[in-house]
Amino acid sequence: MSIRVEGVSKRFGKFQALEPLSLEIPDGQLVGLLGPSGSGKTTLLRIIAGLETADTGRILFHGEDVTRVHVRDRRVGFVFQHYALFRHMTVAANIAFGLEVMPKHQRPSAPEIKKRVQDLLEMVQLGHLASRYPAQLSGGQKQRVALARALAMQPQVLLLDEPFGALDAKVRKDLRRWLRNLHDELHFTSVFVTHDQEEALELSDQVVVMSAGRIEQVDTPQTLYAQPDSRFVLGFLGHINVLQGDITKGRLSQGNAWISVTDQTDAKEVECYFRPHEVKLQTQPASHAHLPLKVSAVSLIGAEVRVELEADGWSSPEPWEVGISHSEYNAWQPMRGDRCFAVPEIGHLFSADKSEPELIQWQAKPPVSIKSSVVSLVHTA
Amino acid sequence: MSLAITSAISLNPSKRVLPGFALSLGISLLFISLILLLPITGLIVQTAGMSWNEYWSVISDPRVVASYRVTLWAAAWASAFNGVVGLLLAWVLVRYEFPGKRIVDALMDLPFALPTAVAGITLSALFAENGWYGAILAEAGIKVAFTPLGIIVAMSFTSLPFVVRTVQPVLEDLAVEDEEAAISMGGSDLTVFRRVIFPSLWPALLTGVALSFTRSLGEFGAVIFIAGNMPYISEITSLMIFVRLQEFDYAAASAIASVVLMASLVLLFLINIWQAFYLRRIHGR
Repeated sequence: MSIRVEGVSKRFGKFQALEPLSLEIPDGQLVGLLGPSGSGKTTLLRIIAGLETADTGRILFHGEDVTRVHVRDRRVGFVFQHYALFRHMTVAANIAFGLEVMPKHQRPSAPEIKKRVQDLLEMVQLGHLASRYPAQLSGGQKQRVALARALAMQPQVLLLDEPFGALDAKVRKDLRRWLRNLHDELHFTSVFVTHDQEEALELSDQVVVMSAGRIEQVDTPQTLYAQPDSRFVLGFLGHINVLQGDITKGRLSQGNAWISVTDQTDAKEVECYFRPHEVKLQTQPASHAHLPLKVSAVSLIGAEVRVELEADGWSSPEPWEVGISHSEYNAWQPMRGDRCFAVPEIGHLFSADKSEPELIQWQAKPPVSIKSSVVSLVHTA
Repeated sequence: MSLAITSAISLNPSKRVLPGFALSLGISLLFISLILLLPITGLIVQTAGMSWNEYWSVISDPRVVASYRVTLWAAAWASAFNGVVGLLLAWVLVRYEFPGKRIVDALMDLPFALPTAVAGITLSALFAENGWYGAILAEAGIKVAFTPLGIIVAMSFTSLPFVVRTVQPVLEDLAVEDEEAAISMGGSDLTVFRRVIFPSLWPALLTGVALSFTRSLGEFGAVIFIAGNMPYISEITSLMIFVRLQEFDYAAASAIASVVLMASLVLLFLINIWQAFYLRRIHGR
């Protein structure tokens, strides 16, 4: 079932939780609402569910206006961050709840309910826990019960409010994969809320990035990552390194740092954003960029070595972060206080007068890599 | 250094991190003994002078037995009434915002703060046939003051806060999400209350009602002014104890008191055992 949000806005007292916004969610898609806390993503989800009423605008399910339809008649499955399982009921009774409260003429017979519950329990791989109480389950198990409960009435729309927010990292990852599989199998339309960009990018067909009650961008994860529309989106999808400065004579400069920008008239207050993996570290500056940095921390965990650096002779609002491979790390062995230069390959240039960024790609010249320069250093020593 | 540490450990092997355990527990136990256990023991000692036959004849005196019946019935009705009204009041106080909510909340404790005799006199004045309520009720043919009905009114007045104050915090802690989940699954308001909210409130409500009941069993001050105190009809057990005391028959007074005490204790223990069982399921222990 497709979902359409038309001009929906919401205000809580003096706080504008949602600016009027519209959104189209095609049938059968898994859509992530991504944003920092207070961006209005949960409010939007709750308005779609009918748990909250919008001040203006309409909600349409499959072209049908459901704005005035009460949540109990909307037939949506809703999963809460903290599970909201009924503590005094067994797992099986929790899942059966939605079926048992149906009006008599719709309600399946008792044996049929029992069978449906058993099937759902098998589906969430918790068949052996039917007679347990929620307090006896782990967080991941509880959330799977909550999912089974939401799916019991075979809703056309499944809405999940930070479904993995309260779980630890490993369980979260398992459950994420499992939800993706379940979605591919059952083909309902799902919308989930998250503040975790990795989760949104990994799980969704479309990601809706929200900030301050507005939709910033709606795109597939690939497009979103490759072509972020705004500073906010770019900055929200992972750490970002910034050079702020003015452009004069084809150079964006600040202090002793500069990068060359082509086809650029002089401008004030320009920002260039660099992603951690689109920057190399060298002992010598490149011809198109002079960005002196000083190593302030090194983190070895993960596929990449994350080097945190501070601006050396210029200023950056936040420390820089650059990912280098473990082999590069082994050759270079950076220490706190070591000096080096950042050589960007791709930059996202934001001018004050334009909201959309300009992508700069410097042609990849054979760079003086850290490894060879280290070797040469050894030679001179 | 390491020697010093090991010796410290061996000297005081069960040192607790949180201080003051022995002192505070000791004071608590002393206090419980002085205030609760000693008087109860005194009660038993008082009756110990009687033979079983004497004891039995005192507590099974027809007039006393009639007072048990009146007290139990009235307390049962009063606490049942309080169960319903107290739940409603707690619900309103927790769920809705309205002007004067804080004042209503504070007034809830009035029956506790008011001397029971004052409550008794006020109630009997109000419900007397020429009182404000009594006059209206008299037209409907209902007589409250100086009848068993008056006993129920007095008992429920003095013990209402027990229900409100035990249910209120539980209701406040109830997760809104549980309700939203139940509603989103299509549950009607009544179903959601009956199957989701009420089971969570039930232990607290029962405790409140039980406290209200046991308090009503022993209520004296508020009841005697409005009860009329007619033998076999509107005499409560506390009054029987009082009468025996006025006759300087301390043993008989204690014997009757011991019956009330037993009834209250048994009830409270049963409620506690049941509640522990019920809550263990919810908390998964």
